[in-house]
Parts: sequence; C-alpha cells; structure tokens
Amino acid sequence: MSHEAVMHAHAAVGHEEHHGHHHHESFISKYIFSQDHKMISKQFLFTGIVWAILGGLMSVLFRLQLGYPNETFPILEDLLGKWAKGGKIQPEFYYALVTMHGTVLVFFVLTAGLSGTFSNLLIPLQCGARDMASPFLNMLSYWFFFAASIVMISSFFVETGAASGGWTSYPPLSAIGDFSEGSKAGMDCWLISMALFIVSSLLGGLNYIATILNMRTKGLSMTKLPLTIWAFFFTAVLGVLSFPVLLSGAILLLFDRHLGTSFYLSDVFVSKTQTALPNEGGSAILYQHLFWFLGHPEVYIILLPAMGMASEIISTNSRKPIFGYMAMVGSLFAICILAFLVWAHHMFVTGLNPFLGAAFVLLTLLIAVPSAIKVFNWLTTLWKGNIRFTPAMLFAIGFVSLFISGGLTGIYLGNSALDYQLHDTYFVVAHFHIVMGVASMFGMFAGIYHWFPKMYGRYLNHTLGYIHFWVTMIGAYMIFWPMHYQGLAGAPRRYYDISNWHFLKGFDGLNQFISTVALIVFATQILFVFNYFFSMFRGRKLKNPNPWGSNTLEWTTPINPGHGNWPGEIPEVHRWAYDYSKDGREFIPQTEPIGAGESGHH
Amino acid sequence: MEMSMSAQSKKIHPHKFAMWVALASIVMLFAGLTSAFIVKSSQAGWQDIETPSLFLYSTIVILVSSVTVQMAVRAHKQREMTRYRLYITVTAFLGALFVALQFFGFKGLWTQGITFRSSISGSFLYVIIGLHALHVLGGVIALIVMFARAFSRKTRTYSSVGIEVVSTYWHFVDLLWIYLVIFFTLIK
Repeated sequence: MSHEAVMHAHAAVGHEEHHGHHHHESFISKYIFSQDHKMISKQFLFTGIVWAILGGLMSVLFRLQLGYPNETFPILEDLLGKWAKGGKIQPEFYYALVTMHGTVLVFFVLTAGLSGTFSNLLIPLQCGARDMASPFLNMLSYWFFFAASIVMISSFFVETGAASGGWTSYPPLSAIGDFSEGSKAGMDCWLISMALFIVSSLLGGLNYIATILNMRTKGLSMTKLPLTIWAFFFTAVLGVLSFPVLLSGAILLLFDRHLGTSFYLSDVFVSKTQTALPNEGGSAILYQHLFWFLGHPEVYIILLPAMGMASEIISTNSRKPIFGYMAMVGSLFAICILAFLVWAHHMFVTGLNPFLGAAFVLLTLLIAVPSAIKVFNWLTTLWKGNIRFTPAMLFAIGFVSLFISGGLTGIYLGNSALDYQLHDTYFVVAHFHIVMGVASMFGMFAGIYHWFPKMYGRYLNHTLGYIHFWVTMIGAYMIFWPMHYQGLAGAPRRYYDISNWHFLKGFDGLNQFISTVALIVFATQILFVFNYFFSMFRGRKLKNPNPWGSNTLEWTTPINPGHGNWPGEIPEVHRWAYDYSKDGREFIPQTEPIGAGESGHH
Repeated sequence: MEMSMSAQSKKIHPHKFAMWVALASIVMLFAGLTSAFIVKSSQAGWQDIETPSLFLYSTIVILVSSVTVQMAVRAHKQREMTRYRLYITVTAFLGALFVALQFFGFKGLWTQGITFRSSISGSFLYVIIGLHALHVLGGVIALIVMFARAFSRKTRTYSSVGIEVVSTYWHFVDLLWIYLVIFFTLIK
C-alpha cells in the first residue's frame, strides 16, 4: 500500500516537472479546455463579468419601469420587440427581468463569478500547490457552468419568455404553465440550467475542499493559512452540503411539471382554462423548505469569500497583523454551522408554527454574534494602522461599511413579529441588496483590484478605480437606503407599478431618484469593465513580483507563473500570513524561517 | 523534493478525499428527499405502499457486488490482473442486474395502479429509488472505464487509487440502498 502510494507520488512529481519546464500547449488546451487553475479562474471571471453586465442591465430596465411607470421609451421597442410594446416594459417581461436579475446575480455572478474565480486562483497559489486536487474535474466545473449559462441565456429567446416566478421559483406558480407565460418553456430552461449549475458548483467545491485539506505545502498547517483560504473552505463546505438539497427540490418540481406527480400541488383551480387539476395531497411549503435549506447557506456562500478577501486586503494594506486570527476562523465556522439552522426565517408568514418560529428567531439572531466579532476585528485591524488607500483597500473598507449597515436591518427582519409587517416589502430588498449583494460585489471588486497584478502581470488603472469606488459606494447607499423607508411604509416588492395605491403615491419622486442613480452606477460599472480589459493589455506593467508587500505565497511565484506555479521547488512555509510591522520590519513573507530569538505566532 | 513528497504521501490521496466529500454531498441529496418523505407521511391522505418483494433479491445482489468489488481491489493490489478483470466484470454485471431488478420491481408497482398521478407516496418511492438506481448506473459506468483501462496496452497503471475510489463509491451506494430499504420499512 505505502509502496504504491510512493510510486504514485513519483508519477505525480514527474507530471509536475513536465509543466514546470515545457510549454507546448495548443491554443485550445491553454485557453479553452484548460486544466490550469489560473486559466479556469479567468474563465469564471470573464463569464461572471458578462453575466454581471447582463444582470445589471436587467435591473436598469425594470428600474425604468419602476421610476417612470407612465413614460414610454420607443427605443426599447426597437431593441426588445414585443416585450416592450409601445416603448413600455410589458408586465410579463418585467417579471422575467426581476426573476432573472435575482437568479443571475445570486448564482451566476456572486457564486460562480466570485467563488469560482478566487477559489480557483488563490487556493493552489496560497496553499502552495501545483494545481487543484483534480484539474480535470475543475475544468468540468467550468464547462458545466458554461452550459448552465447557455441554457439560461437561451430562455430569453423562447417564444413565451424567460422564467418569471421570482428567483425562488415557488410552486404552484412555477409548476403550472397555464399560470403565466414565464412558467412555460422558460421555467424548464431555468430548472435545467440550475441543475447544470449545481453540478458545476459541486465539482468545484469538492476540489476546493480536497485541495485545501490535502495539498498544502510543507509547514503550512491549517492555523497558518491566510483567512482567504479559510473563507473559501467554509464556502465550499456550505455549497457541497446545501446545493444537493436544491437539486432534490428542482427534481421534484420537474416531475410535477411534466409527469403529473403531486409533490407540491393540491386542489389547484386554473381560472384561465376554468379547470380543476387532479393533483391532490401535495404541499407548496415543502418546496420552500427544500429551497431555503439551500437558499440560506447560499447567502453565506456569497458572503464568506468576500469576508476572507476583505480580511486579507485590510491586513495587508493596514500593514498590521489581522486582529484576532483565531476568532476570525472561529466566527467563520460558527456562521457556517448556523447557516444550516436558520432557513425557516424566510418562511415566517407561511403559517409556520409560532413556537418553531421562535426557535428560528433565536438561531437567526445568534448569527449577529460571529458577525459582530468579524466587524470588530476588521475595525481593530484598521485601528492605528499605516493605511494605504489602494482601490482594493477602499473596496474592502466599503465592504465592512455595507456589511454593518445591511447587517443591522437583518436584526429587524430576523424577528418573526416584525417580519409579519416587513415580509416581501422593499425593506427586505434593501436589506439583502446591501448586506449580501452590494457588499459581496465590493469584496469581489476588492479581490479583482488586489489580485489583478497576479492574474495579468499588470496593474488596473488606479484613477478609474477611485472613480469606480466613490460613485459605486455613494450610489449604492443612495439606491438602497431610501428603499428601507418605502418598505416600512408597506411598499411590496416585485410589483409592476406601486403608484396605483393611494398610500404609496408619495414615492413617485423617490422612485425616479433611485432609478436615476441606478443608471449612473451601472454606467460606472461599464467604466470598470473598460478599465479591466484596457489594463489587461495596456496597463502599467509589474516590475516587483510582490507589488503590495504581502506575506502570502502567491507573491513568491514569478510575475507570470506557468502551469505548475513555481518554476522550481514549492516554497516551504515557516510562519503565519500576518507578520506585518513586526520587529521593525514592514512585512515578513511566510517563507522566511523564524529567526533566532524571534517569537513565532501562537 | 524528496522531503515534500514524503510529507505528501502520509496524507490521504486527494482523489480519495474528493470522493468522500462527493459522498457527503450525495447524502445531503437523499437526506433532503427522505426528510420530505417523513414530513409528507405524517400528513392526511397518505397511503402506505408495500415495497415489491423483488427488492429483496436486488438487496442480495448489491450486497454480493460489494464483496466482489472488494475482491477486485485486493486482486489489483496483489497485481493479479486476470482475477482483477474478472471481479470488476462481475461487479459491473451485478450492478446492471440490480438496476434491472429495480426496474421490474417498479413495473410491478405500476401495474398495481400505483402511478405518478394516483399516489404521492408512490411518486416519492419512484423518485428516491430511481435516483439511487441512477447513482448505481454511474458506478457501473465507472467500472466500465476501469475495465477499459485494465485492458489498455498503452497505459499501464500500478496505482490502485482509481479502483479504491470506485470501490468506496460502490460500497456507498450499497449502504445507501440498505438505508433506503430500512427507511421505507420503518416509515410507513
């Protein structure tokens, strides 16, 4: 047994050396069906950027309707045809836009685009591995994501339009085609696309876990890992354990749609065709349980990578060790556990037993503890630091700000009594956009600005970066802050036109304001995309392989590392990742042995 | 290089570990479905279903296949390739037989009038056991790949990691079936 293991290790080493010294890769094996984690991470990021532009554009379109419900925009009819008849977004299309905006941003941008990009890029580089545990499965993970993307995009081109039952796709609306146009072929595309997406994220996740636990370089114990890797680890654990449950929910929904089963359906009467359906005994609430058992961990799948990257970037650019390293790891762990125990707080108004609801309130509010620990540690890391305000650092600090303001409204919503009033209002929209959506986007931007030099050997333009940050930061608050007031006043989310109700008439001007800011913020993101592609080819070149003076292993590779990452031996690790401003030195890389008379961390 | 290699070889092989993580993920898929089954079974209008007696035979088949896959691993480690090929062929055959038995068991249920439209408990049975059969089929495909590799003249593999990963998966789908049998017997 051990003999064979050694034989295999020999074979693996031979393989690695091959990558280190030869570069006979064809265009297809290098750029398309690549098994190099760095290229796969760029593929995830490219696809994520395309999706972010599309998803953002969708929100601009439905914000036009919400801000200017009585105006017409003839150009929309030229572009969108029957979906904007007479220059006005049609109701079916509006619901499709809202649904797809949610699906795209939550899954395709902030799960695949964020985890897919940075777990792939950083796990092997910061763990000191040549590549992932299984580069082949890693490649498959991207191509399943690509297939999911194609199916999702194509749903916009079927005659009845894309899925329009909300990003949660609750039955019975999503189960019966006669209920709405979007519940016909578009809904099938949605389910198939999500199934492919789940396979992609599982293949990715098990690779991330296996690589982190088994392929760390010599000396790199778990407690010496950078917090980015800890965050990616817990993210992958959450994904691997919760996505299959969504898959089971989606399978049952497909059966209900096409094979006449009654998992979710009971006593349904379709007024359009004036028929009573034969389905009996099903329960729509069952779908909500299955959906939110994924849906809530999904929130942390989105948020944890941003937390990890913010920790790393804040510590590096404050030139200070991260405050409370073990508390940071512990709170990530606590969030990971609690994430599985709070799903029913999305279902307080479904007739859930109030006593059961009270248990979920308690568990939900418990999440405030690890969240507060993290916020405290970020602030104390910044405290009296020698702060360098790079664009990445600004976005990381912006992340902390958004996480605080969005997290506070979570305490309101976590209380079932208050949730009866606030459920499905703009208050919820404001809460999760700030704490999960925009905050994680900020984490992603911080990551891109920080690791762009590692990806391309060039810098992003900093001036454009500062413009991007300030407009997005101020814009995000101007968009979502007013929504809290709308929500408290009772404005329901998802409605096509809230100006029909007398008590919401006063919000016309506010809605126009929000829509206008949304347009400006969207334009600024296009500026960022321009910066990205311009800097890829024309950006300032990197001279120093360690541009930010970081301790972590990825900066010990050459400026443009080949497949295999390190040309020679993999470096050995001797210390934790946060020895900044220690013993009169600005930073001490992880590869430097602990000096005589120097006290190691812990 | 030698140093880092020996450090590496002490740990579990990454592919084996990745398989264990994947198994955890499959457990969650079935946990989701069986807990849905439990919740539904306590509600009004639930109709109990006798699992077909054919499933007793399929249980025996899959238990035997677990033994043969283990013997295949042993044969591979002792470099007895003829025996190894025989055992993986037998295992793949038993796997296919298991799926066929499940299919005929379903057919019997269906002719008794338990269809997708007529009963939720039946629908659950079809979906859960059907998904399990799909996982067994996946194992059969993996065994066919191992079989092709064992006959390939181009690559000779001395590593038993591949067959060990497949056997772990095979034992898992076996255990999963035992769990499902006990589950459907207890939860009525």
